[in-house]
Amino acid sequence: MSALGKVVRSGVGRRRVQTLVIGLITMMAVAASVLGGTLLVVSGAPFDDAFAQQRGAHLSVEYDAGKASAEQLAKSADAQGVSAAAGPYRTATVSPRLDSGMPEWPMTVAGRDNPGKGVDGLTLTDGRWPTDPGEIVLSADASLFPALRMRLTFPGLPGDPQLKVVGVARSVTQTADAWVVPAQMAALTTPGNGGYQMLYRFTDADTAAQIAAGRKAVTANLPPGTAVGEQSWLTVKKTAERDTALYVPFLIAFGVLGLVMSVLIVGNVVASAVGTGTRRIGILKAVGFTPAQVVRAYVGQALIPAAVGTALGVLAGRLLAVPVLAETEQVYGSSTLSIAPWVDLTVIAGVLALVTVTAWASAWRAGRLRTVDALAVGRTASAGRGRWAVRLAGRLPLPRPVALGLARPFARPARALVMGPAVLSGTVAVTFTVGMGASLGEVTKARAHDAADVTVAAPLPEIGPAGPVPDERPAADPAKIAAAIEANSGTGKYYSAGTARATVSGVAGTTAVTAFTGDASWGGYTMVSGRWFDQPGEAVVPTGFLAATGTEIGDTVTLNGLGEPVTVRIVGEVLDPRYDGMQVFTDAANLTAAHADLTDISHHIAVKSGTDVGGYVAALNKNLAPLDVTAMAGGPDRGSDMVVTLNTLSALLTLMLVAVAALGVLGGVLLDTRERVREIGVHKALGMTPRQTITMVLTSVVLTGLAAGAVAVPLGVSLHGWVLPAMGDSAGLHLPDSVIAVYDLAQLLPLTLGGLLIATLGALLPAGWAARAKTATALRTE
Amino acid sequence: MQPGEAVAILGPSGSGKSTLLNLIAGLDRPDTGTVTVHGVRVDGLGEAGAALYRRSKIGMVCQFFNLLDDLTVADNVVLPARLAGMARREADRRAAELLENLGIDRHARAYPGRLSGGERQRVAVARALMNRPPLLLADEPTGALATVAGQEVSRLLAELNADGQTIVVVTHDLALARSCTNRTVKIADGRIIEDIGARAVAWETGAAQAAR
Repeated sequence: MSALGKVVRSGVGRRRVQTLVIGLITMMAVAASVLGGTLLVVSGAPFDDAFAQQRGAHLSVEYDAGKASAEQLAKSADAQGVSAAAGPYRTATVSPRLDSGMPEWPMTVAGRDNPGKGVDGLTLTDGRWPTDPGEIVLSADASLFPALRMRLTFPGLPGDPQLKVVGVARSVTQTADAWVVPAQMAALTTPGNGGYQMLYRFTDADTAAQIAAGRKAVTANLPPGTAVGEQSWLTVKKTAERDTALYVPFLIAFGVLGLVMSVLIVGNVVASAVGTGTRRIGILKAVGFTPAQVVRAYVGQALIPAAVGTALGVLAGRLLAVPVLAETEQVYGSSTLSIAPWVDLTVIAGVLALVTVTAWASAWRAGRLRTVDALAVGRTASAGRGRWAVRLAGRLPLPRPVALGLARPFARPARALVMGPAVLSGTVAVTFTVGMGASLGEVTKARAHDAADVTVAAPLPEIGPAGPVPDERPAADPAKIAAAIEANSGTGKYYSAGTARATVSGVAGTTAVTAFTGDASWGGYTMVSGRWFDQPGEAVVPTGFLAATGTEIGDTVTLNGLGEPVTVRIVGEVLDPRYDGMQVFTDAANLTAAHADLTDISHHIAVKSGTDVGGYVAALNKNLAPLDVTAMAGGPDRGSDMVVTLNTLSALLTLMLVAVAALGVLGGVLLDTRERVREIGVHKALGMTPRQTITMVLTSVVLTGLAAGAVAVPLGVSLHGWVLPAMGDSAGLHLPDSVIAVYDLAQLLPLTLGGLLIATLGALLPAGWAARAKTATALRTE
Repeated sequence: MQPGEAVAILGPSGSGKSTLLNLIAGLDRPDTGTVTVHGVRVDGLGEAGAALYRRSKIGMVCQFFNLLDDLTVADNVVLPARLAGMARREADRRAAELLENLGIDRHARAYPGRLSGGERQRVAVARALMNRPPLLLADEPTGALATVAGQEVSRLLAELNADGQTIVVVTHDLALARSCTNRTVKIADGRIIEDIGARAVAWETGAAQAAR
């Protein structure tokens, strides 16, 4: 090994704290960057690839078959801006029943001769395309589990048609839930039901405005009201990318924090390494090292742990990305997502370049030091900066070690200034994570709608080897349950909720319709805008529904597949991320005329003030026993894997940032105590006890910690105020103030002290070392 | 100075002894005047040039040893030779020979922190001699050592000089100057005030002792 190699190796091996700190911070920065970069890449790639391959439809429009003929609709393909079109295809909303007799959710069926090529070319993932009536291809994305040779019956249709599943296909823009040959459509369409579907590709379709312009163009020559529903490819894309996109703003925040800390702490640690090694540099130069060799040696000393940290960081980033990618893979079915190697390479090159530049800058300065000055480090008196602070602190009614410690940052202002941002970044991360935890808690609460004190839930279905089995038991009469609740003493207010499935024209898939009996506005539903429904024919919907259907508050929407079409007016936007937001909340009375078959009926009760909930539940259960249902305390528990993952990930990243911030402080204080070891020896010789020594070293970081904490908390709150709405946008949610404004004074004050805590944590070890140093040894130290 | 001479620089604290040594070693630059060593104008060298000059012309021993604590004794000694481009095997052989001659070969794999002051100074001497420098500089080489260890180092320097090594020793220890040098230069306030031979030093020391 060369002389340079020996020096580098010994520098890395024998200076473990510096090596560990550099390794850890690079690992953290790389892990966050690999995770963030990977998610950024994969969030768009699978959809874009599939969309290009299938020539997905930029816009699919559902037309009322009674208002325009197929010929009229076909001419819409000639509208300005349309580059290709397919259709018109006959469509119908049907409710199938399986071989087992189990009723299924309604679905949209389209009649097509073939999978298509020019627009929305379907990919057959299994089986074949239907060639005759009596055959059907199911969408891989439909709610009905697609299995070949399965038979579907349609009892609601004349002649009870029966279809055999012959294939499974995927439409990237999800234009329908199933496809049959056009000749089959007549048997699936009842009078007053059904329509036509046209699929369009436009020359310009990158923005919502361009899509809206395209829609205007294709419907311009059709009678008003012909278009009854539409779906933009931008909406489908956003939904498809939602799971991964949700993480992106959050990871960008942590990535930027990590990067800032990397720059600061790598700089600090390398500068510390060079600072503590100044005498060593002097010796190296005295022995014959050139300045360039000194620089190379110290860059090498920083790069070796950084390279190890980078390798571990790539590994950690990939491991963290696995669960998130797995979720995305599920969205795209069989497609396999992998981490792009160029992301790894870019991150590795970027971080190592950063370390190299930082180390080079610090070492270059040290390398240019006069050898005689470098050798004299530790033997010459300090410049005497900050003596005024010592004098001033000495006048305060404070113990001497505290006064000496408090004055220390003024003797080494540059070091305190470098240490400050590390503490600041750590405190910003803690503040942000506390806020995010609170915000996600609010989202979870809004999602659970669990304000009830007592819930009488619908009985769970029995699960057999092949899944849920038909429930032969007679369903409990909701009216009898309501009567039992009413009769139970202590009942304050209550409502019941039941679920039905419906379709909305122009949007593939089903919408969950929750119908309430009684006032449910107190049940934990968080309004984003508008108001809760209180008039017949009104409904509230989540943000996702508004986006998918292109509606807004005040619009009406028709729900199909409920027996009879039901039209409701949207009066409010509610926060609920379940089912991608495809939900409608309305009064059960609005569905009465449609004879909707409500399932999963639950009852939610708020007890009177002062009522013992346990006693209330016991008494109610006695009354409910004959009805075969059970009451339980609390609302429905609807935890979210996504929330748990986000909370875990943020806690993990924050812990890493705090640890790295503390290590940054440790590096700075270590350098300081080493420099002052003779001074500490003098103090000890004069009678300073180990406890007082610890106090002196710890108080030397108090001002830095307090100042950093005071600045960090507003920064953390601002970061939270930026990231949370961005995450909401990614998830297709508008977040109300109750979710974003989560900080209160009682939280902010302890958070401000977080900076002090991090600084103290970092200073503990060097303080202990200083206290344990033998006085004689300290006095002899050069 | 002539080759083979051993010169002691004597003087009170602050007289400029160490500064003179630093100027000769190329560790520092004079504000005025020139420094010429073995035909090389040291004062005109840049940092890199001074490093190359030290590798080839100078061996240096300091009061506080200036050993690299994170390298073993053997690695410390080998370092100047490896920097100068000597083959590894040859450098190892030369280091082993020096360590054996100086009686510290058993510590070859130890780190300097584990050695006594005298042993550390022997390591420093071994490292200084590694490249067979024409000039060995010693700055208060016994200043941090106990009496016995100081005498050992003094004897070592005398033996080296006897073998032809040119030596400059900065010290305020008259006994050291007497035992290992044959010429003494006294300086005060940065100027030479006296330049005498070794016998004169011995006489001076004896007279001083008699006066007490």
